[in-house]
Amino acid sequence: MQLTLIALVENKPGVLNRVASLFRRRNFNIESLNVGRTEKPDISRMTIVMENGNVDARKVEANLYKLVNVIDVQDVTNQPAVTRDLALIKVSAKSEQRAEIANLASIFRARIVDVAPDSVIVEITGTEDKIEGLVELLRPLGILEMVRTGQVAMMRGTASGVRYSPGANGFRETEQVAD
Amino acid sequence: MTKKTGAEILWECLVREGVEVVFGLPGGAIMPVYDAMLYYPVHHVLVRHEQGAAHMADGYSRASGKVGVALTTSGPGATNLVTGIATAIMDSSPIVCITGQVHAHLIGGDAFQETDVTGITLPVTKHNFLVTSADEVAEVVREAFFIARSGRPGPVLIDICKNAQIEEVDFIYPEEVSLPGYQPPTHAPLEDLKRAAELIEQAERPVILAGHGVTMSDAVDSLRVFATKTQTPVAMTLLGLGAFPASDPLSLGMMGMHGEAYCNLAIQNADLLLAFGMRFDDRVTANLRTYAPRARKIHIEIDPSEVHKNVEVDVALIGDLNTVLIDLIPLVDEYDHEEWRAEIEDWRSESQARDILTWPDDGKLYTAHVIRNIWEATGGDAILTTGVGQHQMWSAQYYCFEKPNRLITSGGAGTMGFGLPATIGAWFAKPDHEIWLVDGDGSFQMTQAELSTAIQEGANIKIAIMNNNFLGMVRQWQEFFFESRYAGTPLIGPDFVKIAEAHGIPARRVTETTEVLPAIEFARQTDGPVLIDFRVEKEEAVYPMVPTGADLDKMIRRPIRKQPTAAD
Ligand SMILES: Cc1ncc(C[n+]2csc(CCOP(=O)(O)OP(=O)(O)O)c2C)c(N)n1
Ligand SMILES: [Mg+2]
Repeated sequence: MQLTLIALVENKPGVLNRVASLFRRRNFNIESLNVGRTEKPDISRMTIVMENGNVDARKVEANLYKLVNVIDVQDVTNQPAVTRDLALIKVSAKSEQRAEIANLASIFRARIVDVAPDSVIVEITGTEDKIEGLVELLRPLGILEMVRTGQVAMMRGTASGVRYSPGANGFRETEQVAD
Repeated sequence: MTKKTGAEILWECLVREGVEVVFGLPGGAIMPVYDAMLYYPVHHVLVRHEQGAAHMADGYSRASGKVGVALTTSGPGATNLVTGIATAIMDSSPIVCITGQVHAHLIGGDAFQETDVTGITLPVTKHNFLVTSADEVAEVVREAFFIARSGRPGPVLIDICKNAQIEEVDFIYPEEVSLPGYQPPTHAPLEDLKRAAELIEQAERPVILAGHGVTMSDAVDSLRVFATKTQTPVAMTLLGLGAFPASDPLSLGMMGMHGEAYCNLAIQNADLLLAFGMRFDDRVTANLRTYAPRARKIHIEIDPSEVHKNVEVDVALIGDLNTVLIDLIPLVDEYDHEEWRAEIEDWRSESQARDILTWPDDGKLYTAHVIRNIWEATGGDAILTTGVGQHQMWSAQYYCFEKPNRLITSGGAGTMGFGLPATIGAWFAKPDHEIWLVDGDGSFQMTQAELSTAIQEGANIKIAIMNNNFLGMVRQWQEFFFESRYAGTPLIGPDFVKIAEAHGIPARRVTETTEVLPAIEFARQTDGPVLIDFRVEKEEAVYPMVPTGADLDKMIRRPIRKQPTAAD
């Protein structure tokens, strides 16, 4: 099974390196790691997908909080989240095959974004499964190149992912002890 | 507004952080900082190798509870710090290392003495900074000290480009630090505290595991109150020694690979372990699969990543140890645990029968005896620093620590060469306290160059070398596990007395048991550094010993010695 975590980090030079170095050091295997800007200019957002062979999300979260620049971590594995991956797939195609590819693409709500004499580029956005589905169908035609962004994720509505370590950061208020 | 150079701002901020002494060695990329230093009330200690600067800052920090500071140039000056930084992070020691860096516009071009120091130290620092302009200096210094000493303390490095030292900018001291991602936990949730109190109530055979966190969070008094109220025996890690008085009947002494046998037996037979600011290191748990098999576990820890890391626990109380204990104590009742304590007493007396201290004087010089003599002579209250090896374990076993912050030793990293520089650092923190370095002949030679620092600074430290002509601990492993094939462990040392004398340091050699006490007295009566070369037994072994991977209670024990009879 895969784990999917969202981390908000300070938008400063070297933060990606710190996260990557931590994962290597702790022997966590990253499946994909996507970093991008957010609605706030000083905060970047990472979506981290990993194989949960020897780790669980709690352990990953606790380790991420050791990094001073990590502001918030949520585990969105098996949560009501929208997750999306984007792929560009260059398929070998003579003019007579273009229609077939266009057909397949439209079934998957993918688009042809470039047409060259011997190939086309298909752009698809969706869940991992959906992309895998299209890739399998295109493979017999000859995939020349493929690139994927890795997953990005966002919780639906007002729900949030799971936060394990109470008090490890300011986002989860811990219950104060009554005197 | 007054303009100041980055170098001046650096010193201004260091002074405001309460820095009175820095340990360092200059070079091209840090010269503006050195030049500005002369105008600030900070004492500079010139080290002989930058590794020494980091260990001195560390020793200073461990003895004072304050942040220690090391200062070096770029490139090799900075890389020489790395062992010291790695040592500090393993033992959660708050130090700030300041390194010079080439001009910001030269970075990435392999300029003279350019090294990617923030890259190199990333895995061994709590956090690090690269400062490329003077207007970042004040904020970075403020944040660096805050990060180093708060939460789970640790080393922080500031790599400061030469242009950032020279540029003049307006100096605004940042009163507040803003670190949105850094908020160390304090209190544990009440529901978790209540759950812990339940487990404590159900326990019949509880044991407290006291670690370095007890002294780091100033929880020594709370620990005593908790242990006394619940009559729970207290086992300590190497860095936890001193957290609970060794003479208290509830003390079980040190746990783990070279821990007391009765202590390890108590842990293995416990039904509840209360881990206070410790991290279940492999040197204390031995085989994890068979570790304390019947015990439920409560873990009080400030660093969430340590919880469930090596040992799954039943209740995790994440927060500052002292705060959590103060919250927890009113929730627990008084207990007696008389049977359990009696059972442990039986194990304790069995252990004492094997103790080398019970051996009659056979004319041989045993390290354990020498350390016990130092303990007696110093009233058990000296600050004791060590190298790494057998002498370190014997120090832990035979210098019975009554008070916190008395043992200064490299635990997690086990860094040979830590001893002498850490001792000098400790002396700057506590110049009026009696300070003894118990070092190995191997460890001592790694940073022996700092003898000249000690004499230059007039450090009043007493150096006792346990000279066994071996890398003794490795030799012991070879004896036990490699059929006594002593590969690379015999050590022909120099004449340490002459080495000391060449530095102007009074020194003596001790080869007979009768010379031990007079030599200790000589050291105590002489002002300034003194060195004693104790020619101890070469092939003694530290007992008990849990071989790596074995169960914690499967210890190699010291053979029982027959008492000599009249016929002998
Ligand atoms: C820097 C470093 N290198 C190697 C080791 C491995 N090591 C652990 S103990 C030891 C022997 C230490 O010898 P000595 O200082 O003479 O102490 P003794 O065990 O003889 O008391 C060695 C080599 C280490 N801990 N640190
Ligand atoms: Mg030795």
